[in-house]
Amino acid sequence: MAEPVRVALLVTCLVDLFRPSVGFAAVALLEAAGCTVEVPRAQTCCGQPAYNSGDRADAKAIARQVISAFTGYDYVVAPSGSCAGMVRVHYPLLFADEPAMLVEAEALAARTWELVSFLVDVRGLSRVAARWDRHATYHDACSGLRELGVKAQPRLLLASVAGLRLSELAEAEVCCGFGGTFCVKYPEISDKMVTDKAAEIAVTGADAVLAGDLGCLLNIAGKLTRLGSRVETRHIAEVLAGMADEIPAIGAPAPSS
Amino acid sequence: MSTARDDILAGIRRGLQRGPLLAEPAARLAEGVAAHRRNLVPARAAALDHRARIDLFMAMAEEVQTTVARVASDDKVPAEVARYLAAENLPAELVMAPDPSLDRIPWDTRPLLAIRRGRAEPGDAVSVTPCLAGIAETGTLLLVSGTDTPTTLNFLPDTHIVVLRAGQVVASYEDGWDLVRARASSAPEAWPRTVNLITGPSRTGDIEQKIQLGAHGPRRLHIVLVDDPETSANEPSPG
Amino acid sequence: MEPTSHSFPENVRAGLGDPVLQRALGLARTGFPLRRRQAIERLPEFEALRDEGRRVKDHTLAHLDFYLELYEKNVAAAGGQVHWARNAAEARAAVIEICRSVGARIVTKGKSMVAEEIALNDHLEANGITPIETDLGEYIIQLRHEPPSHIIAPAIHLMKEQVADAFRAAHTELDPDRVLDEPRALCEEARAVLRPHFLAADVGITGANFLIAETGSSIIVTNEGNGDLTQTLPRIHIVVTSLEKIVPTLEDAATLLRLLARSATGQEFSSYTTLSTGPRRPGDLDGPEEYHVVLLDNGRTDLIGGEFQDMLRCLRCAACLNHCPVYVAVGGHAYGWVYPGPMGAVLTPALVGLGEAGHLPNASTFCGRCEEVCPVKIPLPKMMRHWREREFKEALSPPVYRTGLRLWAAVATRPELYHRMVEVKARLLGWLGKTHGRFRSMPLASGWTLARDMPAPEGRSFHSLWAERRGPKGAERKPR
Repeated sequence: MAEPVRVALLVTCLVDLFRPSVGFAAVALLEAAGCTVEVPRAQTCCGQPAYNSGDRADAKAIARQVISAFTGYDYVVAPSGSCAGMVRVHYPLLFADEPAMLVEAEALAARTWELVSFLVDVRGLSRVAARWDRHATYHDACSGLRELGVKAQPRLLLASVAGLRLSELAEAEVCCGFGGTFCVKYPEISDKMVTDKAAEIAVTGADAVLAGDLGCLLNIAGKLTRLGSRVETRHIAEVLAGMADEIPAIGAPAPSS
Repeated sequence: MSTARDDILAGIRRGLQRGPLLAEPAARLAEGVAAHRRNLVPARAAALDHRARIDLFMAMAEEVQTTVARVASDDKVPAEVARYLAAENLPAELVMAPDPSLDRIPWDTRPLLAIRRGRAEPGDAVSVTPCLAGIAETGTLLLVSGTDTPTTLNFLPDTHIVVLRAGQVVASYEDGWDLVRARASSAPEAWPRTVNLITGPSRTGDIEQKIQLGAHGPRRLHIVLVDDPETSANEPSPG
Repeated sequence: MEPTSHSFPENVRAGLGDPVLQRALGLARTGFPLRRRQAIERLPEFEALRDEGRRVKDHTLAHLDFYLELYEKNVAAAGGQVHWARNAAEARAAVIEICRSVGARIVTKGKSMVAEEIALNDHLEANGITPIETDLGEYIIQLRHEPPSHIIAPAIHLMKEQVADAFRAAHTELDPDRVLDEPRALCEEARAVLRPHFLAADVGITGANFLIAETGSSIIVTNEGNGDLTQTLPRIHIVVTSLEKIVPTLEDAATLLRLLARSATGQEFSSYTTLSTGPRRPGDLDGPEEYHVVLLDNGRTDLIGGEFQDMLRCLRCAACLNHCPVYVAVGGHAYGWVYPGPMGAVLTPALVGLGEAGHLPNASTFCGRCEEVCPVKIPLPKMMRHWREREFKEALSPPVYRTGLRLWAAVATRPELYHRMVEVKARLLGWLGKTHGRFRSMPLASGWTLARDMPAPEGRSFHSLWAERRGPKGAERKPR
């Protein structure tokens, strides 16, 4: 295994509010991969909602905060392709017109990774120690896939989970319809897209669907439970960290209820 | 008062943040056009020798429902055309391009083939034309209009038969352009009105994505490929 | 055509609620991507050609004035004429004048999106000239009095039954008991019905996929042969096109042609790729006596040197449409104008204004599939974002979103305040949602909960839990 490194966790606003377990799963995976993990407190959001809404000024303000909060670490890791992509790909574009900030943005971008890609491509991981007896399928979240090249790495690690059978999802690379503000601005189109995604999931016969982005997962889970489906929706980090049996699936009630 | 042309060019120059090009940069661009350098040419056909190119041409043509019949020489062409028409249950009547390369073929060995020379008219069912080249990379025929090669022959009849000599098979579209240029270099107005690149019969997928042959152009495209080394005079040099 | 892009939400609802449209779109959504991928897998140089195509287009745009002047010179040398048109009105007027000069009554047309853009057909009819669309898809929608819904497959939104209905209603001279169950029969009927029009037309109008500066040629890329009959048989051939179609040389055209058919339909090459240069030559036995090119600007030159210039590289292949999950969900008519899908989302505001077309660049998840398949690597999501930035700056977006964003940013840049609010929200929603694990309805989020549940939060925020589990100062040490 590679040298120990100091990693700062970029929690993401959705994990923070909806599903801290994903954050703790990420920490567990990073520590098992020989990293020390810190969580800078001065982080809130990566700025993507403002950026994609055309509010460049607010996006920059939030980005400056992120750049400042995450200075000095070897790596910055997020359990989300869209947040990692925001920092890695878009922060340099955001500050293209501010030379001083651009240097800092590029420096941060170069150290920022999506979680699974970090484990495989940087830490050299090819297997995890988890067990999870399920038939599952996997959705490729768009930003991770197209901005960061996250495709083979999740499949590599999932293949090593004992008891887990993975079926490929037809149209795995097609957007689920979340798209941040899109799902509230154009809810009917979003619903059509997630309905199609749910239908493809059903075709696989899988008992669970996994992905690396909580936005997609909230969207997919919300549709599946509304349809009365028994398919579990989980973040890949929970499964890889061996925590999946301890936490209710997304959108499912806690067992004691 | 400025013309539309003036305004449009001025608008472009505003966007490019400059005035009209100075003489030197304009000359360089003009030189670039005159040199017409090739961009990347796929290796698919370019890397093959002549015989393999012919095989590739035939395979690619047949993939798009072109039929290809290979004959040993000009002498065998009339028999092949007669055979093809009979096999397709078509009358032995055709309109032919008044082209010297077709005139060389001994059509009188098949006197029952009724041949009219000229452009196509409504009601013509079958045409026979020459071509300038066969482009191996996609099984594409290159045809040019001219006094001996009216374009209507390529589109009006239901069935289009093309005589292609083996020596005319080239690798790429770029090789084809060079042939058109060579032909047109004799006189400036000799650049043809129409250059056709034809890859298979007419088709459409406009109704439910199901491909139908014979939309408006010919339903059938048949190539008679003549293995005839003596006529490979226009084989271009490689690269 | 008059844009209805401002009604995008209503158009979307109509599209989503149309079962026939949904069936038709279902056919397209898997077919096109599969065929494209198969074609690309056969050409190892495809990726390299994308870069070359981009380079050719960018070079041309950087010297667009030079190449347009050279093109015009060569069109004239071949005996043709270029008519420059600043806007739709000038383009229409040029076409009418040419038609009038020969007393044209009937005009056959090949498919041209630029002709749609300038609403040419309506104008011809208003001037006593009958335009007849000859591309099968265009002919069908002309009979149905509706606009195209796709830039290369205009009738993609229809099933064969609707085509049969349109033919029965229009071709009243044919036997009403004839069977029109299959696409084959429909195709045969169209061929037979349109053939006399090809022969009778006084003027043939086509578009152009490319214009070649080196030779003064226009290129059309078709499969049916209708474009070729349109441009060969009548006395006059008019090309209605726009100025960004120009490329320097035949070699440059070959590069782009290798990208075009593969990206559009998954074909190696289209059935007919045709260069037209001037009118018939002395001694030719057929061909038009006159050749005219109506060269349209209509807002394109305004994009040069600005943040939307890359859009002028577009080859009109429709790969972005075919791969866009929004397009295949709602269909082309929802976009309300000539150019749908991702390329339409970028181009339409540029040509008809952001006020009219603002919905289009907003109706995207930025999934990035369009950019991934664009043969000339146009950064479509980036340009949609630029439109959103303009909207924000010009305060065109709804106030509730703008206010929401400012509030979010104000809190997000105050971490301690933010953390307190998130913890409160997590506890509240976690407690409210504990029983079922999800919300079936939620105030202020009805867009989401109308058709989806909202999963309940776990009940604590990550930052609160982290502070608890890792000590009062967390594990944060001073950075080195």
